[in-house]
Amino acid sequence: MRTPLIEFRKVTKRFGDKVVLDRVDLSIYAGEVTTLIGRSGEGKSVTLKLIIGLIRPDSGDILYRGKSISQMNRAERERFRREVSFMFQSNALFDSLTVRENIALPLHEGSKAKDPTIRERVDHKMRVMDLEGTEDKYPSQISGGMQKRVALARAIVTDPDTVLFDEPTTGLDPVRKNSVLGMITSNQRDYGFTAVLVSHDVPDVFYISNRIAVLEQGRVIFQGPPQDLEQRDHPVLQEYVSSQEILRNEIYGLQSAKSLERTFSKFREDPEKRDAVMFVISLPEYHIIKEEIGHLMVEIMLGSIANIFYRVSQSGSACKAARYREDRIVCLCDPDGGTRDPEEVLRGAAFEFNNIDFCSAGMRERQTVFSVRGGWDRIGSELSLGQLMQEIEQKERLLGSVSCRSGG
Amino acid sequence: MPLLKNGTTLPANVSALLGRIVLDILQELGGVFLFFLRGFVSIFRYPFQTIRTVRQVFFIGARSVFLIGIVGLFTGMVLSLQGYYSLAKFGSEGVLGGVVALSLIRELGPVLTAIMITARAGSAMSAEIGIMRITEQVDALFTMGVDPIRYLVSPRIVAAVLSFPLLTALFDAIGILGGYITGVGLLKINSGIFLSQMDYLVSLQDPVNGFYKSLAFGLLVVTICCYQGFYVHTRHGGHGAKGVSLATTSAVVYSCVGILIADYVLTSILM
Repeated sequence: MRTPLIEFRKVTKRFGDKVVLDRVDLSIYAGEVTTLIGRSGEGKSVTLKLIIGLIRPDSGDILYRGKSISQMNRAERERFRREVSFMFQSNALFDSLTVRENIALPLHEGSKAKDPTIRERVDHKMRVMDLEGTEDKYPSQISGGMQKRVALARAIVTDPDTVLFDEPTTGLDPVRKNSVLGMITSNQRDYGFTAVLVSHDVPDVFYISNRIAVLEQGRVIFQGPPQDLEQRDHPVLQEYVSSQEILRNEIYGLQSAKSLERTFSKFREDPEKRDAVMFVISLPEYHIIKEEIGHLMVEIMLGSIANIFYRVSQSGSACKAARYREDRIVCLCDPDGGTRDPEEVLRGAAFEFNNIDFCSAGMRERQTVFSVRGGWDRIGSELSLGQLMQEIEQKERLLGSVSCRSGG
Repeated sequence: MPLLKNGTTLPANVSALLGRIVLDILQELGGVFLFFLRGFVSIFRYPFQTIRTVRQVFFIGARSVFLIGIVGLFTGMVLSLQGYYSLAKFGSEGVLGGVVALSLIRELGPVLTAIMITARAGSAMSAEIGIMRITEQVDALFTMGVDPIRYLVSPRIVAAVLSFPLLTALFDAIGILGGYITGVGLLKINSGIFLSQMDYLVSLQDPVNGFYKSLAFGLLVVTICCYQGFYVHTRHGGHGAKGVSLATTSAVVYSCVGILIADYVLTSILM
């Protein structure tokens, strides 16, 4: 069993009469992106401030690497501060310092690095964050998006082990929002830090998060992979899931597992639909791909695979594709929709998989070969969705080995 | 004894209220003292903050020179004018030089210098730190592992210790010059008498006492102003920009009152 990097044990925090966190247990694991979501005022930012030590819990304990933060001695606390960094919602840039001075401040104050080393590291971060040319400007002289990038550069300039992001995309337009989320993901992947995000950007954050923790009325009502959210019946969680579904449908045409189950039951009850075909397409190396090229990209790839499938099956709205478990897509095709022969569909899909370039320009250095497997069966009248899935899994065959094209 | 709604008597309520007020004041004073102590002790922590301290000396000291000069000049001039009028009633106009110099060196120099710096630099200190607090810049320092009191307050304490006595000396010198211009130039007192009376009445202990006072005022002003800004977020009834404006006002008012009270106490001790 994995040991959490940061662990909340029965943490309670009150402000006056209001209990913001009520005996909260929370685990954050090293090297992952964990996102805290919940309605406003549910204690998400308070959770981050408790971790960094800006406020203290009224009761309970917060552990970092298994050691209680409140019981750390001076040296341990100083090491903790060096290892954990914080990006404020408001950026909290020093308005009387230039962009360069802002980014360099943690190095000047918190490390023994010499000036040339500091200059080099700041220059590197400014290049990475596309901040060249703003060195001598003050925060008030640059745009909101740039200020976010400066705050992000300052948060990671010390190469921390853990970065806490307090609503990093609040107040940004959609383009800048995606750019900031992309920056967090790519930097997290490149530098391997543990990221803890507080965000209202549901469902966007689901695509970049390894784990989600949902705070509701002072309690953590869910923590786990975003895909598991769909399996829970809690009404608050379903609100998040449905908001996720809306965007997912819009982008990839993918539905939730719950929605797929409903369609499956409907088909089973209708004798005329028992000839409906169920396809399963899986990425057996899903976790390896995720490690190699990152969480966000593997999500985008799954979306692309679903799109290919739609195109090849020429099914229009007759097929419903859904994300069933994190590494597989299940597609249910209505026999009245004029879907092509299942074998022909799989052959066409295999051809497409082997010819498509899955890599974006920035991914080429991390290209990896991975296989796509697929199978199908008719839904019939006897097997449940889970049983049918197992049947198809046994019949699955390799559709193709896919990688980024060299020089493509 | 009349019983109130909560079952207590009126005198009991009044004494409870007074007790709470006294306890609040003591707690606040204790907080201010501990705040100063943390700032003071942090001065000696390595690495020293030389550049930030020099910047503060420039801000508190160098940029106050003109203001102190103008105020000192006119204070000396008006003191000379008023002193001449009063002394003439006793036929003692000859001691004007000594009276002006003594008044400036022992009282007016340290007090007015401190009040002027409070108005110019103290209010700015309070506002700057207050704004840093409400925009989470102070919290940002903390999250970077930087002690905000060491970073923000310690250089200002050192700068005050260096600047207040120097500016007081400047105030005294220009004030005496102003008194001389009025006394000798306008009121036609003999220059030799003016200067000799100064030499006769002022002893070395007088500027030394003035130095002690200016030092104490410097520490008082910088502590009160930084404290008000640093804890702006804990103020009752004032958040954000309003909180900063209230903190700045409080910083100036408390500093001025503190200067006058401390002046009385120090004068009693040093006399």
